Amino acid sequence: MTDSNSKPVAELVGVVREYRMGTNLVRALDDFSFTFGRGEYWAVMGSSGSGKSTLLNVLGCIDRPSQGDYLIDGISTKSLDDDQLSEVRGRKLGFVFQSYNLIPQLNVLENIMVPLFYQDDPPADGEERARKLAERVGLSQRLDHKPTELSGGQQQRVAIARALVNHPALILADEATGNLDSATALEILALFDELHAEGRTIVLVTHEPDVGERAQHVLRLKDGKIESVRRGQNSAAGARA
Amino acid sequence: MKGTFGRTVKLGISSLLLHKLRSLLTTLGVLFGTSSVIAMLAIGEGASEEAQEQIRQLGSNNVILRSVKPREDFATGASQSVRVLSYGLTEDDLGRISDTFPGVARVVPVREIYEEVRYSDRALNPRVMATLPVYREVTGRVVSEGRFLTDQDELGVSNVCVLSYDAARKLFPVSSPIGEQVKIGADYYTCVGVTLDHVRQQADSAGAGKSTAEVFIPLETGRKWYGSMQVKLRAGSREMEEVELHEIVVEVEDPINVEMVANACREMLSRNHKQGDYEIVVPLELLMRAEETKRIFNIVLGSIASISLLVGGIGIMNVMLATVTERTREIGIRRALGAKRRHIVAQFLVECVVLSVGGGLLGVALGLATPLVVEHYAEMRTIITPTAPLLAFLISSGVGVLFGIYPAWRAATMDPVEALRHE
Ligand SMILES: Nc1ncnc2c1ncn2[C@@H]1O[C@H](COP(=O)(O)OP(=O)(O)OP(=O)(O)O)[C@@H](O)[C@H]1O
Ligand SMILES: [Mg+2]
Repeated sequence: MTDSNSKPVAELVGVVREYRMGTNLVRALDDFSFTFGRGEYWAVMGSSGSGKSTLLNVLGCIDRPSQGDYLIDGISTKSLDDDQLSEVRGRKLGFVFQSYNLIPQLNVLENIMVPLFYQDDPPADGEERARKLAERVGLSQRLDHKPTELSGGQQQRVAIARALVNHPALILADEATGNLDSATALEILALFDELHAEGRTIVLVTHEPDVGERAQHVLRLKDGKIESVRRGQNSAAGARA
Repeated sequence: MKGTFGRTVKLGISSLLLHKLRSLLTTLGVLFGTSSVIAMLAIGEGASEEAQEQIRQLGSNNVILRSVKPREDFATGASQSVRVLSYGLTEDDLGRISDTFPGVARVVPVREIYEEVRYSDRALNPRVMATLPVYREVTGRVVSEGRFLTDQDELGVSNVCVLSYDAARKLFPVSSPIGEQVKIGADYYTCVGVTLDHVRQQADSAGAGKSTAEVFIPLETGRKWYGSMQVKLRAGSREMEEVELHEIVVEVEDPINVEMVANACREMLSRNHKQGDYEIVVPLELLMRAEETKRIFNIVLGSIASISLLVGGIGIMNVMLATVTERTREIGIRRALGAKRRHIVAQFLVECVVLSVGGGLLGVALGLATPLVVEHYAEMRTIITPTAPLLAFLISSGVGVLFGIYPAWRAATMDPVEALRHE
């Protein structure tokens, strides 16, 4: 958790995200300002429709605020064009989705490497990185398997390896354990604990209080606004124990 | 950069292989479009080449005048079994052309003799022509054995003859005809030479069926023994024909003047032959007409080919649009993981190009094979010009790019969030 970089990883400044539903506007995020510090592990909770996914999409640069600004790793995203935003996603972000979202035609190794394909100058050691990550998530024996040949838990492990391959500044997970049975979910959560212990920044959206409990900090949303912030103390150390 | 491209192509192919049957069926449109272009071009080229060669053999510098039996039926008194029909070109026509027409190099008269030609127990009904020695040069006959008629033959009114290859082959299947006595009608002629068949210069087995047997004798010899009045046996009735000259070949000095000489002949003949008992063949005009026909043929062919390629292209577009919809989620994932719009465009465009190039290659193969089959079974000549497969292939790949652009653009401009939510 040592912080060599003083800049926060993700900073939302007065972010509004509106959706037009017929004649009236829905504010999925309403004047939202918040800062996610480096090395922090956040659980985002709240009732359905409170804006959790919208927040995650903005953090992940796949959605743009209607108003306000979002800075990732100190870079303002307001004035970036589509290509630049894509490059930011490829370099700074790691995504873990509820439904794994692996690419069916590609095998495990290729799936892990996808984020590197699209970088402007991809690293030379991409395949080596991918192999190491596969080993780390316990799938080194299945590198040439297609996603359909894997269990849900295994697929989610591949997804996590994929989210790490580009050394992202921020890892985003939306209901990452939502489709898994509780035992498998615990394995996945253990992986997140490990990542946190390594000093990675994680934002994880969840419905389940147990999952929220494991995170270092909890952010509660309601109607696109912050309902409560609960900062924990030393969960990283706790997770390691 | 090269690695990215290779990966994109590999990915495109593996995506297509996920739906093998669909991909195959999609390529069929392009396949048949491409192959039909090549096959039709080859057949068309072959047919026109054959026609042009025949015309060229008539001599593109020549104007050919022929006697034609007039259409009016003189035999109103049907009971008469013998009648005399007098028509055709005359010595006077010949004289007028050679003496007064400017631009004419040589004029060669031809008389046809309606007699059977025999050697031992073999008989033949070839075209027996009494003509001058220059006939060979003017019409481009090629002597393969012995010699052609000479001025000596003409002056001496000799009983000599020259056979075309076809006639020689039929009368003398095993031995050489040179020096042998051939019977034309009631008289014997010494065979002095053999010419190549005219319709096809090569005496190959495929061409032999189409060449006509010809026998040449000196003009004076013909005049002396057969006169201008000849008996023609036709459908049981005897028919007397009086024809001075059957054909006059007019050689023009300069190709530029062919048109002028042809018109002069037309005018002169129409003045002197109210019966309309002649025809004029101008090979150069035929050649030009053949070229015009070929041009129109190519335009028609081009339109048909573009329509079939268009249909193939629409097929590809249709399938690609379905694919893009089907893979909306994948597009969302890739975009979330950092794919730029151009990466998505490239990915889908590559698939289209792989489909159309695949179809194009198969189509070229089929298109090259079809003319061989046609040639074998329909006995038509086909010519595959090297540009045809190349052109067809380039166009088919172009079709893939053209019809892939829209689906690829649709894929690339999807909203990532929406795409991820799909299904
Ligand atoms: N594309 C959209 N068009 C219109 N409204 C939308 C759209 N996406 C989200 N919303 C609205 O924005 C609000 C927040 O949605 P969001 O998906 O962020 O909720 P959530 O907290 O993730 O809910 P859940 O727990 O059910 O996933 C909701 O009221 C939703 O209806
Ligand atoms: Mg949600």
